[in-house]
Amino acid sequence: MIFFQLFYTFFLIGMFTVGGGMAMISLIQHQVVVQHQWISMNGFTDIIAISQMSPGPIGVNSATYIGYSVIHNLGYAKPLCILGSFTATFAVVLPSFLIVLWIAILFTKFKKNIWFKSILSGLRPAVIGLIGAAAVILMNPENFIEWKSWVLFGLAFISAKWIKANPILIIILGGIAGILIYS
Amino acid sequence: MYWKIFTSFAKIGAFTIGGGYAMIPLIEREVVTKNHWIDSDEFLDMLAVAQSAPGLLAVNISIFAGYKIKGVKGSIIATIGSVLPSFIFILLVAAFFTNFRDNKIVASAFKGIRPVIVALIVVPMINMAIRSKLTWFTASIAIAALILISFLGVSPIWVLLATALGAVSITWYKGYKQSKKNIK
Repeated sequence: MIFFQLFYTFFLIGMFTVGGGMAMISLIQHQVVVQHQWISMNGFTDIIAISQMSPGPIGVNSATYIGYSVIHNLGYAKPLCILGSFTATFAVVLPSFLIVLWIAILFTKFKKNIWFKSILSGLRPAVIGLIGAAAVILMNPENFIEWKSWVLFGLAFISAKWIKANPILIIILGGIAGILIYS
Repeated sequence: MYWKIFTSFAKIGAFTIGGGYAMIPLIEREVVTKNHWIDSDEFLDMLAVAQSAPGLLAVNISIFAGYKIKGVKGSIIATIGSVLPSFIFILLVAAFFTNFRDNKIVASAFKGIRPVIVALIVVPMINMAIRSKLTWFTASIAIAALILISFLGVSPIWVLLATALGAVSITWYKGYKQSKKNIK
């Protein structure tokens, strides 16, 4: 049953997201695109773009969107797509809800826990690798169709890294460039 | 009271674009400055926990702050409040965009957007690497994780579990050595 699979997948994603929305993208990519092949690499990149431009945390946005698309791609009607959205969003938030609530209740005990601290500092480099892997996987011929794509990548990199332009502005400019080049 | 919690967190959810870190000042204003639900020291502690617990920063802060304000019920309401606006917004976009994806102009816009998105993932990764002052050892963990996931197709979950296990055993070993020294 697809809804159970969706729930289980996003529950896992929510539980193993350390290091924020970008790290979550790596998990979603592996589960949804590589393993289940519910969504194409192209479609996935588009969903990240839309999630980043929309209000709210990127992880919640992409879960909502992917929940919808997975059911839609299987050919179900709209109300079921909305149920898919709800399932994925609920499942992705549930683990952090349980864990954070538990921490909130035991707060003072937790702050001093040396194991907790060591796991966190140990995970940090792995998270950097996770996000890097998400980017490497997306550098495929579907997303980079020709040399001009690499020019756009370079320009976006410079504007985000050194000019520190707003990411939404960068995405919009990328869209305008796409329209000018390809239509 | 519950309604006030809901609207405060809905406002936070609706007006943040660009992810969790952009949300922090907004949350601080609603929870600390305006409503005095939590004092600023507590807010900083909360931030540290929210950052380190699994899940998304903004959602985690909402869960924690909601609990501080009004217990488990407050936590549920704050979480729903912070997620609901983006949920509705994305639902509308998803319903709308699936019909427009085949539009020629939209399709060419996305051809330009896709490489840009990859750059927007690479840059925070580099910033994170610089901020965490990688040593040779931690850098090799990062590179190993990258290779395992992207080229060998290993699930990120296994990579995280293995690293956590490694971190715990190193801490245990250090503690063990320390206690031996103390006995001598």
